[in-house]
Amino acid sequence: MKTRYPRRRVIATLAGLAAAPLLPARAASPAGPLAPLIEKITGGAPLQEGRVRLEIPRLADNGHSVPLKVAVKSAMTSSDHVRSITLLSERNPRPLMAIFHLGPRAGRSEIATRVRLNGTQRVLAIAQLSDGSYWSASAEVEVTESACLDAG
Amino acid sequence: MDARVQVPKQARRGEVIDVRIAIKHPMETGFRYDVMGKPIPKNVINSLLVTYNGAEIFRAELGSGIAANPYLQFSTVAEASGELRFEWVDDNGTRGEERARITVTG
Repeated sequence: MKTRYPRRRVIATLAGLAAAPLLPARAASPAGPLAPLIEKITGGAPLQEGRVRLEIPRLADNGHSVPLKVAVKSAMTSSDHVRSITLLSERNPRPLMAIFHLGPRAGRSEIATRVRLNGTQRVLAIAQLSDGSYWSASAEVEVTESACLDAG
Repeated sequence: MDARVQVPKQARRGEVIDVRIAIKHPMETGFRYDVMGKPIPKNVINSLLVTYNGAEIFRAELGSGIAANPYLQFSTVAEASGELRFEWVDDNGTRGEERARITVTG
């Protein structure tokens, strides 16, 4: 008997696959291993999702050096600007990777650097705005060769 | 410590310019061992300060999660002709410094 692939279902599946990479990065859930550190950074203030864009490869061949870029939606004026951008990693032995302090003189709220990632994990960027609010974005990065940060 | 900074030589007043710096440094994590099996102590560039004609425009606190030979990119508004000064220090207390001149027109 000939196997039948209903055309509509095949098309729907393909359309679903094509749409998959367009889904937004997973929500920055305050729960999880980073919760105590996030609490320390925000001083208990709520961490809202949005306004921050984290650009990082979804697949990194080498965890020793993974390029990333953070852009925050902000007017960057003296009354409304980004004060700091903090980078956290879920599975590095030291989860706090860096804190960048900027101000209205930056003109544009964007930074780029290269990080080490000890295996596949979620990376989180937290921006503190001049009004005291905290915003975040996160991304899952699959690392094929870890940065071997662990002892041993 | 060797470093390479990239700042436009010229800019118009009010223009937002990109600033890049790459510093030659192993950013030793403290989790590695040498060939004799002895732990290599942590030594990373832990802070970098960038001033523009003496005023702070950017500051970074870095940890072992930043890749070796740290690279940073940020931006600043070209306000006046003068000098951007980059100063950094590692866990051993070794300091580094680099300067770049900019001419602002208009």
